[in-house]
Amino acid sequence: MINWREKIIQLLLVGAASASILIVLLIFLSLGKEALPFMSDPGIGRLLEYRWIPVSFKREVFGIIPLITGSVLVTILATGLMIPFGVLGAVYIAEIAVARERAFLKPFIEIMAGIPSVVIGFFGLVILNPVLKEVFQLKTGLTALSGAILLALMAIPTVISISEDAIRSVPKSIKEASLALGASRLQTIFRVVVPAALPGIIAAVMLGIGRVVGETMVVLMVTGNAAKITFNPVDSVRTMTATIAAEMGEVAFGSDHYQALFWVGIVLLVITFTLNYIAQKVLNRYRMK
Amino acid sequence: MKVFERTLLLLQNLVKNSIDKIGLFGLWFVIVGFMLSGCGNKTKTKEASYLTIKGSDTMVHLASNWAENFMKAHQGIDISVTGGGSGTGIAALLNGTTNVCIASRKIKSKELNLAEEKGIYPKEIVTARDGIAVVVNPENSVNTLSLEQIGKIYTGAYTNWKQVGGLDQQIIVLSRESSSGTFVFFQKRVMNKKDYTQDAMLMPSTAAIIQSVSQDKWAIGYVGLGYATEAKDRVRMLSVRDADSPTIVPSIAAVQAGEYAIARPLYFYTNGEPIGVVRQFVNYVLSNEGQKIVLETGYVPIN
Repeated sequence: MINWREKIIQLLLVGAASASILIVLLIFLSLGKEALPFMSDPGIGRLLEYRWIPVSFKREVFGIIPLITGSVLVTILATGLMIPFGVLGAVYIAEIAVARERAFLKPFIEIMAGIPSVVIGFFGLVILNPVLKEVFQLKTGLTALSGAILLALMAIPTVISISEDAIRSVPKSIKEASLALGASRLQTIFRVVVPAALPGIIAAVMLGIGRVVGETMVVLMVTGNAAKITFNPVDSVRTMTATIAAEMGEVAFGSDHYQALFWVGIVLLVITFTLNYIAQKVLNRYRMK
Repeated sequence: MKVFERTLLLLQNLVKNSIDKIGLFGLWFVIVGFMLSGCGNKTKTKEASYLTIKGSDTMVHLASNWAENFMKAHQGIDISVTGGGSGTGIAALLNGTTNVCIASRKIKSKELNLAEEKGIYPKEIVTARDGIAVVVNPENSVNTLSLEQIGKIYTGAYTNWKQVGGLDQQIIVLSRESSSGTFVFFQKRVMNKKDYTQDAMLMPSTAAIIQSVSQDKWAIGYVGLGYATEAKDRVRMLSVRDADSPTIVPSIAAVQAGEYAIARPLYFYTNGEPIGVVRQFVNYVLSNEGQKIVLETGYVPIN
């Protein structure tokens, strides 16, 4: 009897686990199917040009390089902002804050994670962009930096929550040993507790980066969407996600442009897969120690 | 207080944007008839019939306003309006899946040939006009530009306001997204079919262009005349000069008279002369009442 029930449960679990694998495979397949004809007709080399001009009376250009550099620039900037705020915030909440502070801070940070991206985008357009324009003496606030700040804002709650869990799960004995050996509280936190929690913190940051790379609405609204290759934080960029969102709705089914957009999707997917893979590797290496 | 007003305006824009977006993705947009026939007196539905309108995203908002008001006056007639783009609408007309095609461009000769093959005779009706205003920040000293100058700014040949008689400041070029019909119309009419400069910032909506132009002193953008008029305290419309014609201040009258250069007609296409309910609807659209709605929606009436 028990055996029979266990079998059913096992079957259900296998089904659930493989369903997600199946779905991912189907996503890859369908992306590939739509994108494939592009390889022979306009030729895959067309994707490596330096400009993105999908609508033209002369010659359409589908170089995805500016879109990749756009996404990369925004992601790097957002990560740079996210790590100090996220990790230090987590350290404070986990190690320094008293119970009352924690009871106040935690729910607020979790609420922040739930703000819809379109609301954050409007906040950026109306409040952040004019501020950035003043501070950096720019002509316009529609910049990669503006997108990065907002994306960091969206990712920080994730980073804080997961890092905090990691820091709090560091065994008390390690901390006490450090204190008993004469280390100060600050030394204990940064030399003992944080390194011990590092795998969890890295996983948190990687998840944050994942959210930043995939986020669409905010960058579409505030980065200006000019498809050019630049590494200047106060220049306008066009990210891969914004390009797909802005152009997919109106593109003629099966056209070169349509297929090029699927290629953008594939590149995006490959990037997030690579990120996850690296995160796993890093995590495993620290676990070994 | 000012902040409050601005927030309210933004919320309005948000709603407008989402309406734009729904049209963009070609979703079913108006299902008003359902509701109306539900509350109306059911015994009265003698002329029960169903009408489909499909095509240009520029016109979806306008067409659904027409449809809504028409259905209020005519119990029992259901109208559905769908976007998808002018090309989609014409294809639907040729396949016989729509009664009326709305289009922000003329039917192409290729499409006409295809229509003849299928035994369909598209009848063209001009239902409204759409003027595109070029807007700058109120603090910008430039008042007038020629079509050629605007074209050069958008293709990237001019990058500084002093090249067109303004101050020594870099020009910030704002455009609609490439999925917008206005993007292509502007490229054809103003830019001589050349490509946009890679520095052009592509904004997801008209509201976003107005927002940016009102904030950024050295920006230039283009928006529908209706929107520009509505936002005239935040952005300034430029007067436009075509080759050797006089300088024209964009206005509804100037578009009607065919004097303002950056304007286009908005069409209905039906299969042959419209008859029955379609005729009734077309008549309504061309009537004073229908043209009043054109004005209210932000477009230019035909007369």
